[in-house]
Amino acid sequence: MTMSEKTVPASSGSGGALREKRRSPWWEVWRRLRRNKAAVAGMTVVILLLFVAVFAPLIAPYDPNQTNIKIRLQPPSAEHLMGTDNFGRDMFSRVIYGSRISLYVGFIAVGIGAVFGGILGAVGGYYGGRLDNFIMRCMDVLLAIPQIILAIAIVGALGTSLLNLMIAVGISQLPRYARVVRASTLTVRGQEFVEAAKAIGASDTRIILENILPNCMAPIIVQSTLGVAQAILAAATLSFLGLGIQPPTAEWGSMLSSGRQFLRNAPYLTFFPGVAISIVVLALNIFGDGLRDSLDPKLRQ
Amino acid sequence: MLRYFTKRLIFLIPVLLGVSIVIFAIVHLAPGDPAEVMLGPSATQEDIGKLREQLGLTKPLYVQYWIFLTNALKGDLGRSIKSNAPVLEEILERFPATLTLASLGMLFAITVGLPLGVLAALKQNTWVDALCSFFALVGFSIPNFWVGLMLMLLLSITIPILPSSGFDSWKNLIMPTIVLGIQTMAVIARMTRSSMLEVIRQDYVRTARAKGISDRLVLTRHILTNVMIPVVTIAGIYFGHSLGGVVITETIFSIPGLGRLIVDAIRAQDYPVVQGGVLFFALCVGIVNLLVDLLYAVLDPRIKAQYRSAK
Repeated sequence: MTMSEKTVPASSGSGGALREKRRSPWWEVWRRLRRNKAAVAGMTVVILLLFVAVFAPLIAPYDPNQTNIKIRLQPPSAEHLMGTDNFGRDMFSRVIYGSRISLYVGFIAVGIGAVFGGILGAVGGYYGGRLDNFIMRCMDVLLAIPQIILAIAIVGALGTSLLNLMIAVGISQLPRYARVVRASTLTVRGQEFVEAAKAIGASDTRIILENILPNCMAPIIVQSTLGVAQAILAAATLSFLGLGIQPPTAEWGSMLSSGRQFLRNAPYLTFFPGVAISIVVLALNIFGDGLRDSLDPKLRQ
Repeated sequence: MLRYFTKRLIFLIPVLLGVSIVIFAIVHLAPGDPAEVMLGPSATQEDIGKLREQLGLTKPLYVQYWIFLTNALKGDLGRSIKSNAPVLEEILERFPATLTLASLGMLFAITVGLPLGVLAALKQNTWVDALCSFFALVGFSIPNFWVGLMLMLLLSITIPILPSSGFDSWKNLIMPTIVLGIQTMAVIARMTRSSMLEVIRQDYVRTARAKGISDRLVLTRHILTNVMIPVVTIAGIYFGHSLGGVVITETIFSIPGLGRLIVDAIRAQDYPVVQGGVLFFALCVGIVNLLVDLLYAVLDPRIKAQYRSAK
């Protein structure tokens, strides 16, 4: 929200001379973020994980789906860093490949939630009145159902597949984005540059897309970063319950679920995928916290 | 006060109505046919058709919804496809276990989270603060089902002191309580810390100190009472959230509660149970939010005064 005043001269193109001296607000954010050691650490881990996900075939020593009953349930060793599962598959390779699905689901689900939630929030906040009231009451309805139960019900109805999992998690997150975007839209709506845009005859759609949304980006980015963390957790939870990604696909939640029956004799089957989920979610949360502090220094105590 | 309460109670009705529409729509989007599920694969087309007629599945959707709604208002949520028992009966039978778990989880979250946040704020920018804050962040980030499995590994298998499943003695409750409460605990700790840091800098705290009131009294009477308001808000929101967490907890520790009822019902495509269960959850969340609002008034005399003048 503090971004609004700063972005005005940059986006409307006025004050050319000022632009030279004043760096872009994003540069300012980056400068503040860099000074926050925890946030930088979180960001580094997230980038590292993205690399692992992209280059999984190069990093993983084995094919994650290669079964070999002869070497089933072997404890961690130099050959199999995280041991092997009940089908003799290399756990380390499966954990590496699992990062792909988790990050993929996390980002797409948040994309779904943020785009649709954002549209609803922006439209409601911009037009106000009955429409706004109706949209927000619908969000109240969704919020009245515990998120995970809503997601379970949606997946249960649509059937278990990767896409349905992302839709279910996305929809269950929708109200938070709608609320955040609506709140920022309300603060931006009355400002002069919106009035100016109206005066030169810009359409509502254009005003929302070009004037309002760019000025709400800060809270949306923070909410999305933290949202990816929660989406990854939710997706893993659904898979753990058998309602998300189905075996044999290497996904952390479903690996935990199938490793569970060997908890007594092969605890490493449940240990490592859980550590992997925790690291991703922790890194995203730390990064999101740092991002919030640097985007809105007023909030920082 | 009473008037405000009634007003809020009435506001709950449209929300529940909305939830009933949403869940009805979701359940009826399901590709499986309940009649087919009930009769199994060996059923003839004729039998399935007859049962569909009996269940009212041949009627238009809005008629089906209307029947569902009017019956629900009479306390009749239909019958389970699997067990043929009334859905409401099944829910009420399972509810005490879930309520016990949810309350214990909340109690755990508050008794651990609050002191953690207070400690972190009092020792701001020291290693104690860093440790408390990191602990809270970890609690917020690790998947609770994994915490459950690791606790089980540690306390039921490696050092067998707690039973890993069932719901008979207090020993059964320890691990589920931690699993259910850990996220809320983390959220409360974080909220308490930031709220504390804000309150500590207020003028009235400085005044109280200047008057020579002991640190302990300043903390309990002047700081904590004001810290509690945002903390209660968050705790309330997360109580609803943790009600969702029972799905996980009950599944891992084989506790016959409402969460498991819903998950099992979804797997078995037992749609009346799914509908009724989700509706019941929403009712609980609504009631909790209402109670939280009332709690504000108790905690904050300013809000109480507002209620009075609103009369």
